[in-house]
Amino acid sequence: MRFLLVEDNLKLAKALCDRFAQEGHVADHAETLADAEASIRTVAYDMILLDIMLPDGDGREFLRAHRSASNPTPVIVLTARSEVSDRVGLLDLGADDYITKPFDFSELQARVRAVMRRLGGAANNAKTYGDVVFDSTTGEIIVAGIPEQLRNREMRLLEVFFASPGQIFSKSHLMDRLFSFSDDVSENAIEVYVGRLRRKLEPSQASIETVRGLGYRMVLAS
Amino acid sequence: MKLYNAKGSIRRRLVLQLAAIAALLSVAFFLTVRVVAEQAATDTQDNILAASATSIADAIYSDGGEVRLELPYSAISMLSTISEDRVFYRVLVNGATVTGYDDLPLPATRTAQRGPRFETFSYRGDQLRSVLVSRTLSAGDRAASVQVVVGQTRLGLAAISSKITSTAVAIGVAFFLVATALSFLAAQNAMSPLDRLAASVARRGPNDLRPVTAATPTELVPLVGGLNSFMGRLRSALTRSEDLITEAAHRVRTPLATVRTQAEVIHRQMERPANKKALREMIRAVDESSRSAGQLLDHAMVTFRSDQLETETLDAADLLRDVVDRLSPTAELKDIGIKLDVPRDTINVQGDPILLQNAVRNVLDNAIKYSPADTDIEVQLTGGKSCRMAFRDQGRGFGEVDLEKLTKRFSRGSNVGDVVGSGLGLTIADDVATAHGGSLEITSNTEGPGACVTLVLPLA
Ligand SMILES: Nc1ncnc2c1ncn2[C@@H]1O[C@H](COP(=O)(O)OP(=O)(O)OP(=O)(O)O)[C@@H](O)[C@H]1O
Ligand SMILES: [Mg+2]
Repeated sequence: MRFLLVEDNLKLAKALCDRFAQEGHVADHAETLADAEASIRTVAYDMILLDIMLPDGDGREFLRAHRSASNPTPVIVLTARSEVSDRVGLLDLGADDYITKPFDFSELQARVRAVMRRLGGAANNAKTYGDVVFDSTTGEIIVAGIPEQLRNREMRLLEVFFASPGQIFSKSHLMDRLFSFSDDVSENAIEVYVGRLRRKLEPSQASIETVRGLGYRMVLAS
Repeated sequence: MKLYNAKGSIRRRLVLQLAAIAALLSVAFFLTVRVVAEQAATDTQDNILAASATSIADAIYSDGGEVRLELPYSAISMLSTISEDRVFYRVLVNGATVTGYDDLPLPATRTAQRGPRFETFSYRGDQLRSVLVSRTLSAGDRAASVQVVVGQTRLGLAAISSKITSTAVAIGVAFFLVATALSFLAAQNAMSPLDRLAASVARRGPNDLRPVTAATPTELVPLVGGLNSFMGRLRSALTRSEDLITEAAHRVRTPLATVRTQAEVIHRQMERPANKKALREMIRAVDESSRSAGQLLDHAMVTFRSDQLETETLDAADLLRDVVDRLSPTAELKDIGIKLDVPRDTINVQGDPILLQNAVRNVLDNAIKYSPADTDIEVQLTGGKSCRMAFRDQGRGFGEVDLEKLTKRFSRGSNVGDVVGSGLGLTIADDVATAHGGSLEITSNTEGPGACVTLVLPLA
């Protein structure tokens, strides 16, 4: 997915762009509202992440203009203000969601996914591996022609494997992807989710293989 | 809390003072009437006495050196016209009593005085008003000095005087009563601009800090001016503190967001478990402080808004739906499902939407964060006598935690484990409930494990 990050704090913007890259997304940075408008005209973004306190104006003005120009690109507002004072206005002005800084990146991803799902956007997010079709936005897999809904963690786990089939992922890497920093879980917890995925992939050619001492990888049965 | 020191009433002071003046005037009126009336009565009696004495004196004539008197009947009868009082007379010629009561004293003679002389004295046990008229008569070659004294008791006069007195008292009292009633009306009338001003100030909503523009009597201009400038200062102080909270949030949160994101990036790149663990600790510390800062500012904002509560009618189901939608992505990360159970009938509550949303979010946030993955949270709305929003989870529950203490500021249970928090969530929810005339009920889940927190609000 391609994001436009409108944020005046350069360090935060840099860190967020790096973080998006780590998750395999592309994020462009616009420092001002003027930059943002210029970027929107030239590139089709999947999502705009908008800070509301910007040097050349209030992000809310941008939001209003964006909506009245009936631009379909969804907007998630990044706010640093008190939860109590702002919220109503933001959603009324046409933000699809908002998140309060600082945030857990997986929380931002969850919100992005929820917005995408709600808007039915990014329809061709479905990827195919062998006879498995997986849509990481809706969390639906089609195995042997039968669609099934994955739970959230199963979906995020499968997303990792689908991004690079055949690659070995360590338990600790998978843990990082699945659990938040405040979840107090042991490494074995990952086995539960791998187990569930295996069961769901059972009828298909794809399977998740344990690589002793290294981790797991997704392979096609020969 | 006593907000003012109420002492004395301007209206009462005004009425009392006007009534005192009326009383003084009544007494003065009474005294004046009495003095004037008695004077008038006395003058009348004196005139008649003088006329009577003069006519007696005029009836004295000399007949060849002999002084004779033919007492005219009218002289006595004219006296009985004013009252039934007894009449005494004495006629002296050259100092010798000719006729009448010879013990009737003569009014004291003052040398320079001509004309009739009057005096009041005691005679035969009665107060007697008497007059002396002197005349010189030529009896042949000699001149004879004639003195006529006529006296009359004052019983009739006393009766008149007491009648006048009682009339004067009645008039005085009536005057006093009428004057007091009028002073009451006058006070009422004088106070009415003050009452109108007070009403126009009292009618304002708690957030109305605009200057008072109601018609102001000149005397109150300094007070209203003071009030207006005070409200102006209050308004700017409130705006400033609201701005301060917003600004503080911005200042604190932006750098924390930078640190947290950078830490996440590095955490992802690290391999050594020990380093990763250290970084996790750091991220948790950042979360800890940003949560505290956020909750503190939210709490300040909640207190601020509760103090000047602005309410509207809200559909409780919509409110819950909004917050559930908002927190669903967070819950989903842990595969927690939120089941919203609302009745078919609309349940309305009266409240500040931002405050109520914040309260509900804090309670639901707890249910999510204190529950393990793959569980369900049940949010149930029921009506009846009051609006009840119950949040039941299947998490760790409260265990041995002292439920009374949980709504205290910064109080966290011993059941929290590694979960990040500041101990303000339930304080905020409880404060909001209380500000809306409701309450927060914290119990263990009766059906199975977990907690049950219920936000109870009065129906609109
Ligand atoms: N659903 C729940 N299940 C178990 N314990 C709970 C639940 N809700 C609240 N508690 C207990 O009540 C305490 C107070 O909750 P509160 O929301 O006020 O603070 P917190 O969650 O620790 O911090 P925060 O201010 O960040 O919300 C918690 O620390 C926890 O011990
Ligand atoms: Mg809490």
